Amino acid sequence: MAPPIPAPKTPSPSQPSGKSEVTDLKLQLRQLAGSRAPGADDSKRDLFKRVISYMTVGIDVSSAFSEMVMCSATSDIVLKKMCYLYVGNYARCNPDLALLTINFLQKDCRDEDPMIRGLALRSLCSLRVPNLVEYLVAPLGAGLKDGSPYVRMVAALGVLKLYHISAAMCLDSDFPATLKSLMLSDPDAQVVANCLHSLQEIWNLEASKSEEASREIEALYSKPVVFFLLNKIKDFSEWAQCLVLDVVSKYIPGDNNEIFDIMNFLEDRLQHANGAVVLATIKVFLHLTMSMTDVHQQVYERIKAPLLTLVGAGSPEQSYAVLCHLHLLVMRAPMLFSSDYKHFYCQFSEPSFVKKLKLEMLTAIANESNTYEIVTELCEYARNIDIPIARESIRAVGKIALQQYDVNAIVDRLLQFLEMEKDYVTAETLVLVKDLLRKYPQWSHDCIAVVGNISSKNVQEPKAKAALIWMLGEYSQDMLDAPYILESLIENWDDEHAPEVRLHLLTAAMKCFFKRPPETQKALGAALAAGLADTHQDVHDRALFYYRLVQYDVTVAEHVVNPPKQAVSVFADTQSSEIKDRIFDEFNTLSVVYQKPSYMFTDKEHRGPFEFSEDLASLSVGAQSAENVISAQRYQENDNDLLLSTSEKEENGSSAHYGSVPSAYSAPQALTEAALIDHGSSAFTSQPAFAIDDLLGLGVPDAPAPAPAPPTLNLNTKPALDPGTFQRKWGQLGITLSQELSLSPQGVVGLTTPQSLIRHMQGHSIQCIASGGQSPNYKFFFFAQKEGSSVFFLVECIINTSSAKVHLKIKAEDGSAAEPFSALFQLALLKFGLP
Amino acid sequence: MISQFFVLSQRGDNIVFRDYRGEVPKGSAEIFFRKVKFWKEDEAEEAPPVFNVDGVNYIHVKVAGLLFVATTRVNVSPSLVLELLQRIARVIKDYLGVLNEESLRKNFVLVYELLDEVIDFGYPQTTSTEVLKSYIFNEPIMVDAARLPPLGPAAMFMQGAKRMPGTAVTKSVVANEPGGRKREEIFVDIIEKISVTFSSSGYILTSEIDGTIQMKSYLTGNPEIRLALNEDLSIGRNGSSIYDYHSSSGGGTVVLDDCNFHESVHLDSFDIDRTLTLIPPDGEFAVMNYRMTQEFKPPFRINALIEEAGPLKAEVLLKIRADFSPSVTANTITVQMPVPSYTARASFELEAGAVGQTTDFKEGSKRLEWCLKKIVGGAEHTLRAKLTFSQESHGNTTKEAGPVNMNFTIPMYNASRLQVRYLQIAKKSKTYNPYRWVRYVTQANSYVARL
Repeated sequence: MAPPIPAPKTPSPSQPSGKSEVTDLKLQLRQLAGSRAPGADDSKRDLFKRVISYMTVGIDVSSAFSEMVMCSATSDIVLKKMCYLYVGNYARCNPDLALLTINFLQKDCRDEDPMIRGLALRSLCSLRVPNLVEYLVAPLGAGLKDGSPYVRMVAALGVLKLYHISAAMCLDSDFPATLKSLMLSDPDAQVVANCLHSLQEIWNLEASKSEEASREIEALYSKPVVFFLLNKIKDFSEWAQCLVLDVVSKYIPGDNNEIFDIMNFLEDRLQHANGAVVLATIKVFLHLTMSMTDVHQQVYERIKAPLLTLVGAGSPEQSYAVLCHLHLLVMRAPMLFSSDYKHFYCQFSEPSFVKKLKLEMLTAIANESNTYEIVTELCEYARNIDIPIARESIRAVGKIALQQYDVNAIVDRLLQFLEMEKDYVTAETLVLVKDLLRKYPQWSHDCIAVVGNISSKNVQEPKAKAALIWMLGEYSQDMLDAPYILESLIENWDDEHAPEVRLHLLTAAMKCFFKRPPETQKALGAALAAGLADTHQDVHDRALFYYRLVQYDVTVAEHVVNPPKQAVSVFADTQSSEIKDRIFDEFNTLSVVYQKPSYMFTDKEHRGPFEFSEDLASLSVGAQSAENVISAQRYQENDNDLLLSTSEKEENGSSAHYGSVPSAYSAPQALTEAALIDHGSSAFTSQPAFAIDDLLGLGVPDAPAPAPAPPTLNLNTKPALDPGTFQRKWGQLGITLSQELSLSPQGVVGLTTPQSLIRHMQGHSIQCIASGGQSPNYKFFFFAQKEGSSVFFLVECIINTSSAKVHLKIKAEDGSAAEPFSALFQLALLKFGLP
Repeated sequence: MISQFFVLSQRGDNIVFRDYRGEVPKGSAEIFFRKVKFWKEDEAEEAPPVFNVDGVNYIHVKVAGLLFVATTRVNVSPSLVLELLQRIARVIKDYLGVLNEESLRKNFVLVYELLDEVIDFGYPQTTSTEVLKSYIFNEPIMVDAARLPPLGPAAMFMQGAKRMPGTAVTKSVVANEPGGRKREEIFVDIIEKISVTFSSSGYILTSEIDGTIQMKSYLTGNPEIRLALNEDLSIGRNGSSIYDYHSSSGGGTVVLDDCNFHESVHLDSFDIDRTLTLIPPDGEFAVMNYRMTQEFKPPFRINALIEEAGPLKAEVLLKIRADFSPSVTANTITVQMPVPSYTARASFELEAGAVGQTTDFKEGSKRLEWCLKKIVGGAEHTLRAKLTFSQESHGNTTKEAGPVNMNFTIPMYNASRLQVRYLQIAKKSKTYNPYRWVRYVTQANSYVARL
């Protein structure tokens, strides 16, 4: 028909205004649509390119939809691909037009070229138009059986796409089952990987709705599947290896031999150049060895070198991600890194987010042996021209001083900072000196001598000013001119913008007044007057309070405002250990980079494989990992052991040598903790008591403790149940038993955090799945499993520590075993807090 | 699992934009760019590679002045996404020869084609240039590499050593040469980044080498390659020789702390004769990364001095000595030294007959900057500067100046003495004799001398 059209005279494409260009393009496309003339394809290519480039910059070219489809009847694969891209982008917003494409896509799905079949199937599944799903099922089914691995690979993910458009259609067509058999039989590794991707996502999304899905997930993480994938691991691409390793990290091995087998098998993955593979492997190692303190420590030693190499190699972004993980490990077990401190020195050219991480690591690993070097290095940074980092370094020195034994030298360094006469250095240092004095009042003499020399005019930052004023008040007897400095500060009350500083001024004036009344009386009067007139509510209230207090009785006022103080022994940690543990459970995810557990930054629907329902989620204050609750619990405990045992070893001065030949992980001598529990003996000790009660013919006594029936039940030491299943079971089952009992006084004392009880119950093969609450009310959900069967017991346990009352609700899958289980549970609970 | 992938220019324009899952709103590229450009959180001026805005995670790398970004709502592995982004950039570079805004704009359809195969529904499929070849049908449109500013570590070879074909490193793996047939050649680059900190008295406080052996193969038919390293190379810090610094300076063993390898590398004979066997895939990749903290001879010695000369004056003396063989020449050397913040002016005095040297006083950041085009091994260069202060110093100018920071590139030099003894290519026929290029280069990563 029409010969190729020369480039049209349209306005420059660099400033496309939209409308006219699109109309123009449509026109040209229409002219070319049926053309078979030589060179028509080339012209089409040019036009298609322009359409796509408009699409990229965000101009709506959807109005050319029908023309694009008309032009797509071609054997030119480049044209086809562009057309698929276009259709995929606009189909969802134009479902009616999308129908136009079905025909040619379906036809292409039957093309003899596997490449075209694959491409067409991918586009067909990417249309995301709900009322077209019926056209998907047949091509997908054929695609999964296709002779070409490329088509099967596309089809495997196509099933997932279908699931997102219409879950019912996907499940009704039984595609997951097909995927499952394909996963275990396909010779092509990428097909296997894509099946795994799809199955994981589908079943995890289904898990909250159906029991079948939970079973399927369990099956995915079961021994046959995990070992099948492991054996093939070298066939997979590096990305698919990451997926497989992630699956392995969710697997709970049956015994220690299995753990060593897996670790020896994966050992060489630690030498991979791809950081993602290495981190995924490390996660497997860390999670596998949680219950084996010695080996866990060996793992730390083993992974150090590969991690440091990854930090050095690759782009700054990649090394940042690795450094975040190193940071997490260092903060968890600083002892194990104390000799590697030089690796955490900051480099000149590093961005400040990297330097900050390094400073935190240096602070954490400082101990007797390396403090001198570390503090010397930090003092260099304090002179840095990068002011935020200089400040951070000074804070780091202060933190080390607060956690150190030999403060002497560090205090000197801090005082030297004050001599640098840089405002920001002085400001940071003042805040630190204040904290130091609160912990080590014995240093007041040296510090005050230096601080006294600082002119308050050079201190402008509110925090620093407040710190200086606090010291003036606290040590006014040692600082000759304290009343006069305070007086001049009070004179400038109106220029003081920060309420924090004004509050401190009031308090300091009071303290000074108690120690040196004649000199301060006038200043205090002025301060109180200014405070009463202050527009800030807190300042006003405090001034009024002080004023009335002093009027009432000066000695009482002194008792209230300036009582004798105790030195602070430990400053509170900013992050709870529960949160830290949860982040550790989410190793190799964004949680580590953000230093927040995932529930703090992801929407509920994207949270991950296992989700808590509102009820459970609100309770799970952070004790559990959303991913793998049971193992997380087990880990936490043992991890604390790890840290404890390291510190003990340090104290004993025994220089522990961890196997430097890493592949030879030897099985530890000690059995895992769970294996040590002796059910028999606990049953035995309770028996006499029961017998006596029975002899006397009494009912269950009220106090001190109800005697439980002899447990004839053995529990599985490592039961596995995910929150979704728990919740469903809880909803399905009726209450088998409901009981009230009292907690022993020791138990009440011991229950300072939910964690202590959770750990205790674990020792009795009873696992916690969610917990929460604050003193005095705690709520727990526990579960346990009958040894050698699939029978689960679910428990809701509400404890009020002020009344020492415990309310139990037990749901058992086997009603007859409920009584013995209840007895076992109560026995375990009563032992809580006893030595 | 990735939701979107896009590439932004320095000005924030979308060059490529691919939405894989439709979970993140379309305006994400703008949100991202505004956030990165005006980053002001945590006292830092630079956005970290990973951040979260309203539940969407933005993960990005900077390559050749472009921003490669992935978004996701899922708690993914950050390393995986960052590696993937870097790899996508590399695959594109393999195809286009040169990676920059122009080449990307010219070839965006090809890039879309690649992106379709690299990621499907947010899951990475393959990043192997080799595998991708069979799926890609667009021909790359070449940009003129000659008039482009050189980018990346490989670019440094273009200026220094004359015998290197400068265009080779910017050659696409798929495009044929204008002459017709492809030239059979293989490049092996040993690139080392060194970090050294000298104390004020000239002692080495810390030193580290991060090295990589990079390969780029243009060989047809995938022949097997054997790469032999130093026979006495030892790996791991368990050897006792590690603390024996004296023997290391006189041609002793090279001790690496640790290393890792590309997938294609077989280590069967590595323990015996330190030979790596591999069938190199197409495109550029790192055969091996290594790290070394064994003491080595630093290529430059720095002497810096600041002395007061009157109430409002001070004198700075900067001296650098090149401690390597005269047959080697370092290029693009920059020496920077922060001076007291109350410095108002600086005047410089270069040594007599100085060529290719420039000096500057950066008023805003209060630094002296000294640039040298090249330094021949064994040479020594000196710079004197007179500073004028706007206020009286308190007798501790030394404490308020420094540290001196140095940047440089030294072609055909490697500090670790790690060597490729030979590069053997399995022969297909007697006449088959491809070009082999083994090149060394050392760059300063952080080269700092304290005052």
